[in-house]
Amino acid sequence: MLLRRRKMWDASFAIAGLLALACGLITLLALLVDMAGDGIPRLSWAFLTNFPSRLPEGAGILSAWVGTTLVMLVTAAAAVPLGVAAGIYLEEYAPRNWLTALIEINIANLAGVPSIIYGLMALGLLVYRLQLGQRILTAGLTLALLILPMVIIATREALRTIPSYIREAAAAIGATKWQTVRDHLVPYSLGGTLTGVILGLSRAIGETAPLITIGALTFIAFLPQPPLQPTFPFLSLQWLWDGFTVMPIQMFNWVSRPQAGFHANAAAAGLVLMGMTLAMNGLAIYIRYRFRKRIHW
Amino acid sequence: MESSLRLRTTERAIEGGLFLAAFSSVAITVAIVVILVSESIGFFRHVPLIDFLTDTQWTPLFADAHFGILPLLSGTLVITGIAMAVALPLGTIAAIYLSEYAPHTVREVVKPILELLSAVPTVVFGYFALLFVTPLLQKWIPTLSGFNMLSAGLVIGIMILPYVSSLIEDAMRAVPMRIREGSYAMGATRLQTALRVVVPSAFSGVAAAFILGISRALGETMVVAVAAGMQPNLTANPLQPAETITAYIVQVTLGDAPHGSIGYQTIFAAGLVLFCITLGFNIAGYWLRQRYRESF
Repeated sequence: MLLRRRKMWDASFAIAGLLALACGLITLLALLVDMAGDGIPRLSWAFLTNFPSRLPEGAGILSAWVGTTLVMLVTAAAAVPLGVAAGIYLEEYAPRNWLTALIEINIANLAGVPSIIYGLMALGLLVYRLQLGQRILTAGLTLALLILPMVIIATREALRTIPSYIREAAAAIGATKWQTVRDHLVPYSLGGTLTGVILGLSRAIGETAPLITIGALTFIAFLPQPPLQPTFPFLSLQWLWDGFTVMPIQMFNWVSRPQAGFHANAAAAGLVLMGMTLAMNGLAIYIRYRFRKRIHW
Repeated sequence: MESSLRLRTTERAIEGGLFLAAFSSVAITVAIVVILVSESIGFFRHVPLIDFLTDTQWTPLFADAHFGILPLLSGTLVITGIAMAVALPLGTIAAIYLSEYAPHTVREVVKPILELLSAVPTVVFGYFALLFVTPLLQKWIPTLSGFNMLSAGLVIGIMILPYVSSLIEDAMRAVPMRIREGSYAMGATRLQTALRVVVPSAFSGVAAAFILGISRALGETMVVAVAAGMQPNLTANPLQPAETITAYIVQVTLGDAPHGSIGYQTIFAAGLVLFCITLGFNIAGYWLRQRYRESF
């Protein structure tokens, strides 16, 4: 009797577990279906190549996706070198002392700081103290600070999977520490690091709050100056100093208007944004899989 | 001889550079604290701390200005409470299922899909809360206002579910197999083993997951900015609109808040409060996680 009751409880908990998981999965499905239903009719070539407009039918996301792409370039250029260097130091060089412990606690804490706090810090420090203004450069740096802990943690985890005999073998033939890092550890950990970087960027691409806080504009009907120029020296960095908007801010702008026409635009922009995020996540999973298959310790 | 000296200098220089990169993370924290404190000093010179903490109205931009953080705090806490009422039980049950029950293949399929849920941009969840969940709830609760705390809280709860459940699962999987085997050998069922052996052994890890989940919900911005309305409202009624600390910061920065104005100073004061609360939760969570890692 007792035994049967216990087994019944055991089985019903398995069902509860499946239901709890189903809650998450059904929400994801409902969200996708709801947004696809509202947004797909608005998706067209013109939607991608038009500027925002007062009329929902003629509005598009050109300035938003160009802005997102350029901001992500800055974010990657700033966060990757800094995060990888910090990860290498903490995993390969750092002595076990209070300073290292402080840095580690600090990184764990930074990963939990709400993103809007980064926005406030960037508003006070980058926009006003350093006089960078509300530009693509500022936005890229803000998001770089935000994803820095993710890049550091990913680099460390990738380095940790490399067996110690690789380091011992390099040391045994007289390689210096930096030579070991540069010629062995960095190339071998590339897959894991890259996965972490892409996941970090896919988080940054959807971040809205910190960019609103530093004062991104919500209505932009011009493009930043193109990075490629027809005349010498062909590359221009002038776009770093241009105003901008990004995909999630454009979506937020549309969803906070009362008209249904703009809500459809918001859904369509959301679909494009989700497409970007999911594509990046898919790429990360693919890279992890490829590198796992290639390396056998 | 000379080249070995140069080699050693290069090594030192590189180590120094790498250290600076690692130390820059500390500089970020220092910058956050310094900026939040220095920009809100002007605010606290203008508004006494006691008014800030006890006044029941928050109308900084009105002619009759009141600067009481309580309405923003109540909005933040009610929404976090609703989110936790969803995320903690569901997250715990899902984690126990994934760690103690699920066959390997189920876990391999379900976990990546759950992770996709946390990859969805928060503004998309805001859209979902405002234009799907609220109309759906209004069918059952006709008095529900178009902007409300309930649907924002529910959606945040589902949003952080994967985060909470994967933290709990990590903690439970750190419990060594021999402890479970001991329990099974005594004839315990999986449920008895999970609830009476594994969860108590992983207790500090489970507590850390709860705390980090709360901290995540407290700082969530876009869902509340879109779906909860943007008016400070000192109420515990989740059917009403309200404003959180984060939504207030968004509201002010969307408009025009010139550098040094009282509107500009209030967002730093509000941000400082939010930072202090989440910092407390994060440190507690970190400490608890370290404890369970060391216990086996």
